[in-house]
Amino acid sequence: MNAADTAFVLISAGLVMFMMPGLALFYGGMVRGKNVLGTLMHSMILLGLVSVLWAVVGYSLSFGEDIGGVIGGLNYFGLAGVGQEPLEGMTIPHLAFMIFQCMFAVITPALITGAFAERIKFSGFLIFSALWIICVYSPMCHWVWGGGWMAKMGALDFAGGAVVHMSSGAAALAATFCLGKRKGYGKEPFIPHNLPLTILGAGMLWFGWFGFNAGSALAANGLAASAFAATHMAAAAAALGWIIVEWMHRGKPTTLGMASGAVAGLVAITPAAGFVGVMPAILIGLIAGGLCYGGVLLKHKFGYDDSLDVVGIHGLGGTWGALATGLFASTAVNPAGADGLFYGNPGQFMIQLVSVVATWAFCFIVSYALYKIVDAIVGIRVSPEDETKGLDVSQHSEVGYQI
Amino acid sequence: MKKIEVITRPFKVDDIKDALTDVGVKGMTVTEVKGFGRQRGHTEVYRGAEYQVDFLPKVKIEVVVEDAITADCLRAIQDAARTGEVGDGKIFVSSVEEVIRIRTGETGDSAI
Repeated sequence: MNAADTAFVLISAGLVMFMMPGLALFYGGMVRGKNVLGTLMHSMILLGLVSVLWAVVGYSLSFGEDIGGVIGGLNYFGLAGVGQEPLEGMTIPHLAFMIFQCMFAVITPALITGAFAERIKFSGFLIFSALWIICVYSPMCHWVWGGGWMAKMGALDFAGGAVVHMSSGAAALAATFCLGKRKGYGKEPFIPHNLPLTILGAGMLWFGWFGFNAGSALAANGLAASAFAATHMAAAAAALGWIIVEWMHRGKPTTLGMASGAVAGLVAITPAAGFVGVMPAILIGLIAGGLCYGGVLLKHKFGYDDSLDVVGIHGLGGTWGALATGLFASTAVNPAGADGLFYGNPGQFMIQLVSVVATWAFCFIVSYALYKIVDAIVGIRVSPEDETKGLDVSQHSEVGYQI
Repeated sequence: MKKIEVITRPFKVDDIKDALTDVGVKGMTVTEVKGFGRQRGHTEVYRGAEYQVDFLPKVKIEVVVEDAITADCLRAIQDAARTGEVGDGKIFVSSVEEVIRIRTGETGDSAI
C-alpha cells in the first residue's frame, strides 16, 4: 500500500464528487426559471440514489469476478470483502478504489438528465436511473475497466469516454425519441434563465475533472501528472475552438459557448488523457470545440429535442475522444497503453472504432427499452399542465426564486 | 390636472427625473417594464441557435402635474429622453379627474 497514492485517489474521489454540484449548476442555469430546482435535483439526488445502489450491487456487477466478459459476479455484493487491503496489483485500499469508482457511476446518469430536462416526471426519472445503473452502466464499466470483453480486445478508455460519455450520450438520444419534444418546441424560445450559474458550474466541472482524469492513474505518479496536463490543455483549447467557430458562424463569441467548449474538450480528452501527450491533447481539444459546436446544431437539423445538448457534447465529444485515442495514443506516454495510428499502429484505431459502435448500439438500445418500461409502470413524462407550471412547482412543490 | 406616462429607455430615467424636478415636479412613479414598438426586439444566440426576443426592457415613468406646467413637463421629457434613434419611446397624456392626498384629505392641485 502506498500512502501518497491513497491520499491522491481519495482527494480525486472528492474532486469528482464536486462535479455533481458543478453539473447541477451547469444544467440548472440553462433551463427556464420554473425548472431550475427540478434540474438541480436531477444531479444532486443521484448522489443519494446511485451511491447506495453502487455499494449494494453496482460495484459488484462492475468489478466482481468476470462472467463471460459480460458482467461482474455478485462476490462483492454489499461490498463483501471490499476492505482496507489493496486489491492485487493496486497500491490503494480496495475501499478507496470503490469510492472513486462510485463517483463515476453517480455522474454518468446525471449527464443524461440534460436531454430530458424540463419535462421528465421525477418518479420515472428515479426508476429509470436505478435501472440504468444496473442494466447499462455496470455492464459498460465491467466491459472496459472490470476485465470484460472490451478490455480484453484492447480498447483504450482512460477515464470514461465510452463508459461515461458515449453511454450517457446514447441514452440521451434514446430519451429524446421516447419523451418527445418539450411543449412549445419551435414556437417559443427556450432561453437559459441564468447563465452565470452555468458558467460557474462549468468552472466547477473543469476543476473536478482533474480528479476524474488524473485520478484515473490511480497513483500519484508521472502518469497522473501527464493526464492532468492533457486534461487542462484540452479544455483550454476547446474553449477557444468553440468560440472561434461560433464567432465565424454567428458573429459573436458567447460565454455559453466558452463554457460549452471547455466541457466538450474535457469530454473528448477523457478517454485519451492517460495515453496521449500534451500537444496531441491540445489538438484533440481544439477539434472537439469546433466539432461539438456543429454537434449541437444537429438537433435543429434533425428535429430532436435534446434540451441541453447531451448528444452533441457528451455523445459526440466522447466518440471523438475515443477515436482520437486510437490516433494519438503513445506507449511513450503510457507503456501500459498502446500506440495509435499516428504512431504506427492502425489496428488500435480499428479497435477503438469497434468499441465506439458497440457502446452506442448497446447503450442506445437498452436505454430505449428502459424508458419504455418505466413509461409503462409510472409514466415518464409530466402532464402538459405540469409541464407548463414547471417542474419546480409540479414535482417538488417549491419555487427557485421568490420574486 | 394631467397624468403623463412616459415609456422610454432605462438609461434615460435619471436625466428625465432631473429635468422634471427642474420644472417643478415633486414626485413620480417609475416601473421597469417590457415591451416593443417600432424598434421591435433583438436576437439572442445560444449554442448557435438564434432566438428573436420581442420584449425589450423599458422604464415607465408616471407623473401627475398641474395643467399650468404640463407643457413645460412634456418639453423637458422630450429634451431629456431623445437620442434620435428608433426606440426612444412614447409619452401619453390624459386628464385626471381627482387627486387626493391620503394623509390630509387634500384634493385637487394642492394634493399633487
